[in-house]
Amino acid sequence: MNTLITLVICLAVLAGFAWTFRRLGQYGTRNAPEYRDMPFGVAFGYVLGVVVLVWLGLAYVASLGSDPAVANKFFFLGMAINAFVVFSIAAWLFRVAGQRVGTQSTRKLFRSMPLTASFGILMILIYGILAIFAAWIAPYGQDEILQGVAANIIAGGDVALGGDPEFPLGTDQIGRDIMSRLIFGAQNTVGIAFATTLLAFFLGGSLGFLAATVGGWTDQILSRGVDVLMAIPSLIFALLLMTIASVWSSRLGIPLTVFMVLIIAVIDSTRVFRLARAVGQNIVVMDYIEAAKLRGEGMWYLVFREILPNATAPLLAEFGLRFCFVFLTIAALSFLGVGIQPPLADWGTMVRDSAAFINYAQFAPKAALTPLLAAGAIALLTVAVNFVVDWMLHKSSGLKE
Amino acid sequence: MTDTLLEIRNLWLEGRADEKWNPIINGVDLTLKRGEVLGLIGESGAGKSTLGLAAMGFCRDGVRISGGSVMFDGIDLLNSSAAVKRGLLGKRIAYVAQSAAASFNPAHRIIDQHVEGPTQHGVMSRSESEADGMALYEKLRLPDPAKIGFRYPHQVSGGQLQRAMTAMAMACRPDLIIFDEPTTALDVTTQIEVLASIRNIVEQFDTAAIYITHDLAVVAQMADTIKVLLKGDEVETADTRTMLSNPTQDYTKSLWAVRSFERPLKAPAIATAVPVVSVQNIDAAYGKVPVLHDVSFDIHEGRTVAVVGESGSGKSTAARCITGLLPPAAGQISFDGEVMPVDYRKRTKDQLRQVQMIYQMADTALNPRMSIGQIIARPVEFYLGLKGREKRARVDALLNQIEMDPAEYYNRLPSELSGGQKQRIGIARALAAEPKFIICDEVTSALDQLVAEGILRLLAKLQDDLKLSYMFITHDLATVRAIADEVVVMKDGRVVEAGPKRKMFKPPHHPYTDLLLSSVPEMDPDWLTNLLHERGVDNIGDAAVGKM
Repeated sequence: MNTLITLVICLAVLAGFAWTFRRLGQYGTRNAPEYRDMPFGVAFGYVLGVVVLVWLGLAYVASLGSDPAVANKFFFLGMAINAFVVFSIAAWLFRVAGQRVGTQSTRKLFRSMPLTASFGILMILIYGILAIFAAWIAPYGQDEILQGVAANIIAGGDVALGGDPEFPLGTDQIGRDIMSRLIFGAQNTVGIAFATTLLAFFLGGSLGFLAATVGGWTDQILSRGVDVLMAIPSLIFALLLMTIASVWSSRLGIPLTVFMVLIIAVIDSTRVFRLARAVGQNIVVMDYIEAAKLRGEGMWYLVFREILPNATAPLLAEFGLRFCFVFLTIAALSFLGVGIQPPLADWGTMVRDSAAFINYAQFAPKAALTPLLAAGAIALLTVAVNFVVDWMLHKSSGLKE
Repeated sequence: MTDTLLEIRNLWLEGRADEKWNPIINGVDLTLKRGEVLGLIGESGAGKSTLGLAAMGFCRDGVRISGGSVMFDGIDLLNSSAAVKRGLLGKRIAYVAQSAAASFNPAHRIIDQHVEGPTQHGVMSRSESEADGMALYEKLRLPDPAKIGFRYPHQVSGGQLQRAMTAMAMACRPDLIIFDEPTTALDVTTQIEVLASIRNIVEQFDTAAIYITHDLAVVAQMADTIKVLLKGDEVETADTRTMLSNPTQDYTKSLWAVRSFERPLKAPAIATAVPVVSVQNIDAAYGKVPVLHDVSFDIHEGRTVAVVGESGSGKSTAARCITGLLPPAAGQISFDGEVMPVDYRKRTKDQLRQVQMIYQMADTALNPRMSIGQIIARPVEFYLGLKGREKRARVDALLNQIEMDPAEYYNRLPSELSGGQKQRIGIARALAAEPKFIICDEVTSALDQLVAEGILRLLAKLQDDLKLSYMFITHDLATVRAIADEVVVMKDGRVVEAGPKRKMFKPPHHPYTDLLLSSVPEMDPDWLTNLLHERGVDNIGDAAVGKM
């Protein structure tokens, strides 16, 4: 009850501030249109925004404080703020660099690029480089159990807390270097997820466009088939198929990972099919498609030359989202023991392996960092991909700010 | 109370494009008295609509007012608060948009949208406003005025919707209505009804109006004064009669001259010659709905056959039958004396090549993701098998043929072209196949008159050079007069009348041809008055006009 009353009082005070703010603005600027026509909700939003910013500032200061109880409470927030600032600066520098270096067209691209997009591109580049050159960059092998090194070294390299500067991100339960495993994880998880998503898009996209273009029975058969696949809960379906595949893989000598890619791609392609069909149906009614049909063009030309270029915007947006879902599905399957098989490093598995440490977050945040590193890697890539996709959508839809 | 209702002084507007502000309106003045109708004309991009909206103190996104003043009845619209403007807009200033179909909310009934203004502004209660709406519907001669309001926008026709929108604008009895091309999207026969209704209601309530259009003949019927805009600059202003009889500026004269384009008559086709395209007794249906009944006509080499009729008369369906997109249920189509398969999928590549099509909306007819060069090169490569340098040379030749510079346009995207240029690319794509026969489906109806004339001249020239045959689908009889050799009039899926142009434009006509011909607005300010007088009560229920 008390909380409720406090909340109401706080909101009332904020409302008062908002009203005063708008009034002051009106007097101060002699009724400039921005203040004169400002709805109350907007004024309230500004005040609320300022309050949140002030709180963040105070929390950041607290996270640097010497009292460990308080500092631990705000440890992750402080880290997030640090990361935000560092990433913003990095993105800004990257954009500046992009504006100076490169061909005429890339420079022009960078000039109109928002900071979020340049951050996204930078991150994807870093992940890409790490994934491709993992074997050279990583200090240790992904399955290398380091002899004579203690297991569970805390991240941060602080000797006083049980860290080791030799292993800046610590080691896991059986003494493997976490940094190396993270880098190899980029190769395994991102590579496999990327390949899977591409395959899902190729399958779902081409069949969806085919259904939209041909219509009639082809459309009915494909669409109902997809309905049937979508009617089964996807994770359970994937699990079922993976169990069958694990028998086949040993019999046929094909790695289980190949089956996993195929299975997830097929299951995810049903969602892509739905989208591609809907988008395609809007495009096939255009006169230029009719013109191409009357010219006598074949199906391949219609789908890949006439329809696909006009459907890239929604498909790209879906790609960003789908990539993240595929990622999570792989992690989930790995968690259940049928996904990427140990000893290959995989971020999903790494989160699960050290998940128990999250309980330490309250009093020893650095110990809780271990599982969060892999989770953070997943999150960062997801955000980066979506930023870039957003920007591409914005560009291709011709929207201006 | 002064006599002046709206006064715009030295108004400057800018629009944002390519990351900088470009001028849209450069210092235009405008004065409107109570009860006066001002016609605002100009090509697309002249800033007519932007100026019309600015007269309400409103700018679209990406447009800003950079100078000048807009005074409405002593209120400074540009500097008044949102609350003041809310009190004015809808109540004292109303707006009728170009496309009523796109402006009504499809999820609400017409009457619900009608009463919104009056009830929000506190002018009337809901029931009063509903009753008033029905009275307005009656005055605007909508069928079944007591019930039509309870339909949803998609359940009434375009012309009716446009009138319902005019009724909605009248709901609060505003002092000023801005009409933004209210009849551009309508057929000639429907256009007359809407024009007559608008003029009537504006006169009756002594409402001032700004009437924006690119059709001179229409504005001549509606406006007391005409203002001509060109690229944001005022060209001239004068009262309607002076302007029509004695334009002073060259640009205005050129606008006036557009309708004078007419091709010399050709000798009549030799009756025994084999026609390029012969449509014989075709019946066609969409699903179970019959659309065409026993349609026949011939098109000879080097001739233009104009197919006219209002929307829904089956003109475009006939074209779809010829192209093979809609196989007819009965009858046959022959090309050069040879019967063609009815389904386009069964035709040979050469048969497909011979029949090309130019579409009404160049926007949707060109793939927005392909460059001009790619669009034109595709048929060149597909039909003629040219590759590499030969292909490029052929595309360049085609671009030259449509009077566009290959070096400049080859790599551009359709979105970087104007409407007229896009239509030219559509023509080039059809020509690239080296056909004998081209179907032109309302190719000029989405274009400004000057641009449309350019397209017509180009088509005429190409016909003379290449011995092309055209099937020219249109509802605009001025276009028919300009380009046709023979005319086929269609109504409700039947050919009503057919024959050489010379004969068609001379009486006696079939009654429907007569209705179509007389509905084409002329550049005479008394035309509509006279026409309504002549028609009396027959076709648009003018009894109501008399009684009002």
